[in-house]
Amino acid sequence: MKSTGKSVIAGNAAYVRPIDFKKGRVEMGHGGGGRMTMQLIDTLFLTAFDNDILRQMNDQACFSVPAGRMVMSTDSHVVSPLFFPGGDIGSLSVNGTINDVAMSGARPHYLSASFILEEGFPLSDLKRIVESMAKAAHSAGVPIITGDTKVVEKGKGDGVFITTTGVGSVPDGIHISSELARPGDKILLSGTLGDHGIAILSLRENLTFHTSVQSDTAALHELVASMIQAVPAIHVLRDPTRGGLATALNEIARQSGVGIKLREDKLPIHEQVRAACEFLGFDPLYVANEGKLIAICEPDLADKLLQTMQASPLGRDAAIIGEVIADPHCFVQMETIFGGQRVVDWLSGEQLPRIC
Amino acid sequence: MKYIDEFRDGTLAKKIASAIKNEVNPNRRYQLMEFCGGHTHAISRYGIPDLLPGNVRMIHGPGCPVCVLPVGRIENAIRLAQQPGVILCSYGDMLRVPTDHGMSLLKIKAQGADVRMVYSSIDAVRIAQENPQHQVVFFAIGFETTTPPTAIAIKQAQAMGLNNFTVFCNHVLTPPAISHILQSPEVRQLGWVPLDGFIGPAHVSTIIGSHPYEYFAEEFQKPVVIAGFEPLDVMQAILMLIQQINQGRADVENEFTRAVTREGNLKAQYLVAEVFELRRVFEWRGLGWVPYSALRIKAAFADFDAEKRFQIPALSIADHKACECGAILRGIKQPQDCKIFGTVCTPDNPVGSCMVSSEGACAAHYSYGRFRQTA
Repeated sequence: MKSTGKSVIAGNAAYVRPIDFKKGRVEMGHGGGGRMTMQLIDTLFLTAFDNDILRQMNDQACFSVPAGRMVMSTDSHVVSPLFFPGGDIGSLSVNGTINDVAMSGARPHYLSASFILEEGFPLSDLKRIVESMAKAAHSAGVPIITGDTKVVEKGKGDGVFITTTGVGSVPDGIHISSELARPGDKILLSGTLGDHGIAILSLRENLTFHTSVQSDTAALHELVASMIQAVPAIHVLRDPTRGGLATALNEIARQSGVGIKLREDKLPIHEQVRAACEFLGFDPLYVANEGKLIAICEPDLADKLLQTMQASPLGRDAAIIGEVIADPHCFVQMETIFGGQRVVDWLSGEQLPRIC
Repeated sequence: MKYIDEFRDGTLAKKIASAIKNEVNPNRRYQLMEFCGGHTHAISRYGIPDLLPGNVRMIHGPGCPVCVLPVGRIENAIRLAQQPGVILCSYGDMLRVPTDHGMSLLKIKAQGADVRMVYSSIDAVRIAQENPQHQVVFFAIGFETTTPPTAIAIKQAQAMGLNNFTVFCNHVLTPPAISHILQSPEVRQLGWVPLDGFIGPAHVSTIIGSHPYEYFAEEFQKPVVIAGFEPLDVMQAILMLIQQINQGRADVENEFTRAVTREGNLKAQYLVAEVFELRRVFEWRGLGWVPYSALRIKAAFADFDAEKRFQIPALSIADHKACECGAILRGIKQPQDCKIFGTVCTPDNPVGSCMVSSEGACAAHYSYGRFRQTA
């Protein structure tokens, strides 16, 4: 979207053939920086994302910063399929980065969006994705204020890749970090596990199965704001995205130098997700989420935090799922529904189905 | 979840655990082998060892289909997949098994070979239909459970007149493997592996029935209890085995009555008999060459036999010197007895096959149970 000056379209009285968003496809020229790029920016990105800062059309976005600590996070989105039950790559790329910023306790202010488009990608799909991003950004109250578009030759991309970056600021007195988990702390989870991963898998070419599970993609910053207002002394927040709950907890355990003990009977998992995992041979602990968070706090604050989470629509199914323990090996362990113990290990490579 | 939760009920598990505790004779040890990887997985996944008395030990048997396939056959599959115009299809876990030089189907996929993970043999047939200009090879592996679907795939391909679909057959049989273990000097003469009883396979037995095990019970005087793959099935089977041992019985009992009959699935058996025949001998990782333990495609279906269509050399590749998979698969050693367990050999960089699949004894112990070593 980098360009200087006012829109060439608006400033030119001559007729310009409109972009065909019904049957048209992305061409190399859309990323060439010339008139085609400008037209795409004007009629699609600028119209959808419209805000005062973006409208200045500079190579950078200029804004004032509040006092205190700033937070910045970036995330690339390469999801396949691009459209899935409950969302699409557009809403995912907005919510995902907002959540990464919010997991520091920060209030997200602005986003940037960078597109890598593959030559031949249907413009109708691009429009649908951009409008979905705009809707997500608007409802989150976090505007997209700068961006970039590149086009790669056919065969060198997978339709569209989107990288979003977010900035935010942390309220005074809030110190949330994954190295702050302490033995005795309680671990809370904001809702059901694995919805996003199963919604995506149900559409994969070689696996197609029918499920009504929807992706849980959602911006969690409002939930976080209510949580830190109720319990400012939260130690850790983390969204268990790729690699699922198991991976996020292993990361926390390693960063904090502690062990973690989960209770399998406390884990909220959708019946349909459990069933899908059962026949695919997957473990829901490792399946991705896009609208859930893990919170860790001192034991005597846990009930208050839980009630606050449950009062929010995005934390309705929240539960206390375990506790932090002292363990030099930093194992994440789980008491199974059976009463036995097991390790909840790091994932090795990709999750592959078992044969038997 | 109906029909699942009932078999994972923690309260019931505690009741069976206390029945086991009451049944065991504290003055003896009970060494029980679960043959199947599915049982190994359930035992580790649900922490069943924590519910058993100290004198009951579970020995993980060789019933993990990925683990027992010899390296030579994997090397064959890799070379097949590297041929231009070939699409090689196989089941998930198989793609990760490394060869002696660290290659795997996943790695050659990254290098550009067309390797595809399928959930069903029929998916491979569909891929062949959709890619008439390619040779599609289904790398068929597994015990009696996965054999009937391979037979169906071959018959479907024949009915469709597909001339670009073949099967690289590596199907193996359970009873000869159990015989081989029971007849091994470690068990029979030297007594290194004291085996008091077997938990019989779940899914395999739905196909072959319970009668093939009657021979083991009789000839080797070892009780067999066929059990489902749910954790309560396993607990119940352990209790039934201990009862038999205490009563001096060696019978075949069926805990998995909801799916297994004495005769098994006759339709599946006929189908397998129509398409496959016994190989005189087949190499198993860990067990070596086991007579009449595997299947090959009958001459009538030679058009669908990858071993006939492609040049597939007979390769026999030894395991890594330090790898103890062989001894572990026979129950002689435990994963933690292996020098490279958890150091050089981990699920991320498996050296031996037992570390690849979560049904393998080493991966199950590493992923679910290694905290016990540090306790």
